[in-house]
Amino acid sequence: MSESLITHSTSGFSPARFRRTVAEALELDHGVDAVALEERAASLAKRSLKKDAKVWGLKLAVSMIDLTTLEGKDTRGKVVALCNKAIRPDPSDPSVPHVAAVCVYPTMVAFVKQALRGTNINVAAVATGFPSGQTFTSIKVQETRETVALGADEIDMVIDRGAFLSGDYQKVFDEIAEVKEACGPAHLKVILETGELANYDQVRRASLIAMYAGADFIKTSTGKVTTNATLPVTLAMFEAIRDFHHVTGKKIGMKPAGGISNAKLALAYLVLLYETLGPEWMTPDLFRLGASSLLNDILMQLRKERTGAYQSGDYFTLD
Amino acid sequence: MTTTEIETRERLAPGPASSSVLWEYAPSLEATDHVKIASRYNLFIGGKFVEPHSKKWFETLNPATEDRLAEVADADAHDVDRAVKAARNAYEKVWRKISRSERAKYIFRIARLIQEKSRYLAVAETMNGGKPIKESRDVDIPLAAAHFFYYAGWADKLEYAFPNRNVAPVGVAGQVIPWNFPLLMAAWKIAPALAGGNTVVLKPAETTPITALMLAEIFQEAELPPGVVNIITGAGATGAALVSHADVDKVAFTGSTEVGKRIQRALAGTKKRLTLELGGKAPNIVFEDAPLDQAVEGIINGIYFNQGHVCCAGSRLLVQESVAEPITRKLRERIATLRVGNPLDKNTDVGAINSRAQLEKIQELVACGVDEGAEIFQSSCALPARGYWFAPTFFTGVSQSSRIAQEEIFGPVLSVLTFRTPEEALEKANNTPYGLSAGVWTEKGSRILKMAQKLRAGVVWANTYNKFDPTSPFGGFKESGFGREGGVHGLGPYVVLS
Repeated sequence: MSESLITHSTSGFSPARFRRTVAEALELDHGVDAVALEERAASLAKRSLKKDAKVWGLKLAVSMIDLTTLEGKDTRGKVVALCNKAIRPDPSDPSVPHVAAVCVYPTMVAFVKQALRGTNINVAAVATGFPSGQTFTSIKVQETRETVALGADEIDMVIDRGAFLSGDYQKVFDEIAEVKEACGPAHLKVILETGELANYDQVRRASLIAMYAGADFIKTSTGKVTTNATLPVTLAMFEAIRDFHHVTGKKIGMKPAGGISNAKLALAYLVLLYETLGPEWMTPDLFRLGASSLLNDILMQLRKERTGAYQSGDYFTLD
Repeated sequence: MTTTEIETRERLAPGPASSSVLWEYAPSLEATDHVKIASRYNLFIGGKFVEPHSKKWFETLNPATEDRLAEVADADAHDVDRAVKAARNAYEKVWRKISRSERAKYIFRIARLIQEKSRYLAVAETMNGGKPIKESRDVDIPLAAAHFFYYAGWADKLEYAFPNRNVAPVGVAGQVIPWNFPLLMAAWKIAPALAGGNTVVLKPAETTPITALMLAEIFQEAELPPGVVNIITGAGATGAALVSHADVDKVAFTGSTEVGKRIQRALAGTKKRLTLELGGKAPNIVFEDAPLDQAVEGIINGIYFNQGHVCCAGSRLLVQESVAEPITRKLRERIATLRVGNPLDKNTDVGAINSRAQLEKIQELVACGVDEGAEIFQSSCALPARGYWFAPTFFTGVSQSSRIAQEEIFGPVLSVLTFRTPEEALEKANNTPYGLSAGVWTEKGSRILKMAQKLRAGVVWANTYNKFDPTSPFGGFKESGFGREGGVHGLGPYVVLS
């Protein structure tokens, strides 16, 4: 567990004190207009970032990456290689920061923990019957406990979309609260799987329920369905985070994940963050990018800014 | 600590780039070197640029820097007469005689040339008018081209626009346009006139003549027959001479209500046709069941788009009392993020005020709002030292009787009023001499329909604001004018039906 996260979770925030009710969450609920939301996201994506502002943004983006591998074929060798990339993304450029966390399946946690020992890179693990979440609450809780016991600093859980879409918000809420408790000191990221929630109204409602139930972060997607993170979905979630912060004083983090594969798009997410939640959220403690191929594209852009020329993909390690 | 651990730590790249600080976007300036603005522009009459009879020229500035851009001719009554004669000649000898499909061909050509030169025109528009490049690039110029394309489509199908009627042109149109959307207003005026078979004398605004003169160059390039469109520059006297010229058959004016009334008086008793598109004080109505965050964006876009120099700007926010607190809080936060500054920077949201005179008018009305006891919120953004600037502003605690709730400010200044019931919202919304546009924000469809029926406004936007399309008619009720521009309705004033 990194120093910064420990400080963050103990100062002024205890889950029990903040855990509230579904009814309170729904008090902040209101409609989201899809056309206007998409328009706003598109206009922010048109910001033109050059020179220092671009390099600064790209390096910050690297430091916010949850470098991820979530495959059935993951092995110790694969995740250790990924950890090495996480520690030093570009060996030729010492000014490129390390990533925020390495995100894996629970069975890989021990290997990652060992490989990252001595660094302040966090170990994140997906849990709770990822990606569908279609298993029993008791098993989700058990899986969370065991994963944390293995050394995970962060748990990425999925909500029960079946319960949510059938209107059983209480079940969704209670399950998040139970998993949060099982997390102990570990941070909880709650994946809404926005691609399955049909519209932005539901995204906002699910965001509010997750935050009121104890989420430290809310996250868009598993990366396992057709539609993953998008700029408008992320904007709708930022707005929910902003309203929750206004009412409770608590800052919730945000993690768009899936489909963020190039540097330009990563910068667009940062612009959206900066102009919605403001500079206070511009830290890996409160914003993450869930991605795998993004890192190399950013490295390529950074090297282009440094040397003035694009290098071929062969000059960036594939891990 | 084990050896591997130490090794790992040594390999570790640095921590995150310093966070929680302001992210200074480096300037991202649109290039201007490809834009050739002449040092002097003459009058465009009979297909040629000719010196004014007055032998006088006046300066036109870049309002963001107060630098001189060019000097343009000051047309006197004699020049107006020359232009009207050229238009009459072209009308009688060429334009009314050629086939409708031939007219369409020319209009299509103009539309395509505007598209081809869109970057060039956008930069010139921003330099002469002060509007952010992202607006001239994404709104003004594409819409101007779209208007020409749209009316080119109608030019050879007039019998379908007016089924079972004989359609004939009116004659010579005298058109006077404002400075807030210089090229776009020229397109709104010229395109339907040409499609209907008329010829034109157009006078752009005194402060923003450059893109209209560039449009004249496009007419030359398109080989539009000489005299079909004539462009004369000058101040109010030139406009007055144009609209009162005896050989003008149709007058179209967009601008202030005060000047509109003067024109209407001058034309009384003549056979001239008249359309007026004048001022506004549009209500933007936010109900408690609105999508609040998007409503805030709509309010921002409604009043700060083009520095509020928009006749249909949503300058009166009517917000239901139950959501007044979150809406004003969100507005305060949002105006702090508006980027005010160099209009040529692609990241600029709010540009320069168009002229010193306009800036002084805004300052006067804002001072009046403060005197009347309304609470003022202003963005704390830094304003450039040179040029004409006004920080985005809104007032709360404004009552219907305040001057800032009654008069058109035509600047980035919003008045916030509250209401309790839909009936009260309607009453306040309609309680104005104007009636150009209105906005309604609610997630309830039936309420949108009911409000749209009862609002006395030419355009009602639901859950959006400031959306324009050539297919959609635009125009006012009451002192906001009469006649419609855009859509098939926009052809009406330019044809004689029998």
